[in-house]
Amino acid sequence: MSNKIKLEIRNMTKLYKNNDGVRNINLKVNEGELVTLLGPSGCGKTTILRTIGGFLNCDQGSILIDGKPIEHLPPEKRPTAMVFQNYNLWPHMTVYENMAFGLKLRKIPKAERHRQIMEMLDLVKMTGMENKYPNQLSGGQQQRIAIARSLLLKPEVLLLDEPFSALDAKIRSQMREELRKIQIDLNITVVFVTHDQEEAMALSDRIVVMNKGSFEQIGTPAEVYNNPINRYVAGFIGDMNFIEQGGKTIAVRPENILIQKGTGDGITGKVRATMVLGHYSEVTVDTYHGIIKAFVPCENSEIFQSGETVTLTFSKYHEFAKDDIAS
Amino acid sequence: MKFLNPKRLYYSMGRRKFFEWLVLLAFTLFFYGPLLHLFMLAFANKYQVPAIIPQEFGFHWWKYVFNQKSLVSSISLSFTIAFIVTFLSMIICIPAAFVLARFNFKGRKLIMLSFLIGNAFPRIGLYTSIGIVYYKFNLMGTFIGVLLIHMLESMMLMIWLSAGAFRNVPREQEEAARDAGAGPLRTFLHVTLPMAWPGIAVAAMFTFIASLGENQGTLLVGLPKYRTMPVEMYGVILDYPATAGAVFALILIIPNLILLLLMRKYVGPETIAKGYKMN
Repeated sequence: MSNKIKLEIRNMTKLYKNNDGVRNINLKVNEGELVTLLGPSGCGKTTILRTIGGFLNCDQGSILIDGKPIEHLPPEKRPTAMVFQNYNLWPHMTVYENMAFGLKLRKIPKAERHRQIMEMLDLVKMTGMENKYPNQLSGGQQQRIAIARSLLLKPEVLLLDEPFSALDAKIRSQMREELRKIQIDLNITVVFVTHDQEEAMALSDRIVVMNKGSFEQIGTPAEVYNNPINRYVAGFIGDMNFIEQGGKTIAVRPENILIQKGTGDGITGKVRATMVLGHYSEVTVDTYHGIIKAFVPCENSEIFQSGETVTLTFSKYHEFAKDDIAS
Repeated sequence: MKFLNPKRLYYSMGRRKFFEWLVLLAFTLFFYGPLLHLFMLAFANKYQVPAIIPQEFGFHWWKYVFNQKSLVSSISLSFTIAFIVTFLSMIICIPAAFVLARFNFKGRKLIMLSFLIGNAFPRIGLYTSIGIVYYKFNLMGTFIGVLLIHMLESMMLMIWLSAGAFRNVPREQEEAARDAGAGPLRTFLHVTLPMAWPGIAVAAMFTFIASLGENQGTLLVGLPKYRTMPVEMYGVILDYPATAGAVFALILIIPNLILLLLMRKYVGPETIAKGYKMN
């Protein structure tokens, strides 16, 4: 990663007929950086990705790659490559033909084409699959080929639109790791769209948290997790308890709650249930302020039986103004 | 023959199944009975009523039909017309189907429905008005006139089925091609058309079969110069013995059977249902 700005979106607005869309988007992505657009469905993250790829025209503003505006170019003239959610390999072509399609258009000689394709198949661990048809491959394999097909185009910016959401959990996390490794090795600039906050946390250099067509917070995974800027971000990333107290909202993560037996200084309540979740346990406590979740190390889970009175204290918390709830 | 005892069948299959089986049997008899009879007649050298099975089998009437010059020439004419009609129809209808499938413009549904009009009225009325136009443009009794009649009839199926095939190509597949650097035309030729091809092939097959079977229009427009097989069939029914008619009818059926067998993978209720969807 360098400090050179690869992709810049300036004051971009794209609205649909029903007034949904994105307004006044500003974003700078450095060379070799992986930036994730994270938000619930319908927040406009895919809209931004599609305007960068050229599949949607923006109403206002501009998109620059290496300082050159590209918003007037059709997709085939843009130095971007997109990986779609449903892989979108062409089913009537073999894996090899799928990968060769873009290279042929770039007039790369046959021998060189072959070398590049074989190298790329090796990179995504799909050697030997070149003569298969996409429908003969599993979802994970198809997505590997789709990523390889995009990488072969040597894009300035790689765009990924929820590429792993159709895969099952185990393959998803494996693909995530591999993508991150390839991205760092090849130093590619990536814009990644997802609604899965865990995926965003695991992959990104920076996360853009989006809500209803605009940016709420931009920062590294640690920044958005540890210092959420408002209640929306706090609620969207990770587990969070919200406690209304005297015109303010207190947000506290379950791992920042200390739980003790008996009454004392802090919020008291009754244990509702204890759930073992592997290396830690989740204790839900019924309090005056509602149900509060706390994480305790697994070996302590036996101590807190349901019905028991406990006291909660917070080692770390955030305060938000109450009218912030609206957002 | 114990196992064919109806009572035994009734109890072994169960009431419901037994009646279903009876209905199927009746249907099969009605459907395939005449065909079977036709088949039998075509290979009968000698057949006199009231016998059920012909007195003598052989290829006598096949030789007879293939020795009738007018009948043989009608076969070749029918196939020539069917090929040309299918080809022209594809050239005209594929782009139209693509536009109707991919672009949402005002009046799109109306245009789709308008193709139905030709099939919604009794044909003979339509031909009368077409006749007036044909006389005006001197198309009566011409080859082009016959081609036009045939294309008119298959247009709806050709456009609807092809449009359905295009609609089933995910847009993202085209976008992926654009993304890889292909322009709109190249995208259409390399991605959209090949992916829609099975559906289009089915449409082309139906066009071909429809053209082979077209009779009323050709009879009115093409006579006396252009006599296709079905047109000749009228004469055959009236003037030749039933056994010659059977041979001729089989010749008409064979190409359809071959086409259906070749395309059986793609022809199905699904392909056709998709074609008839409006949006």
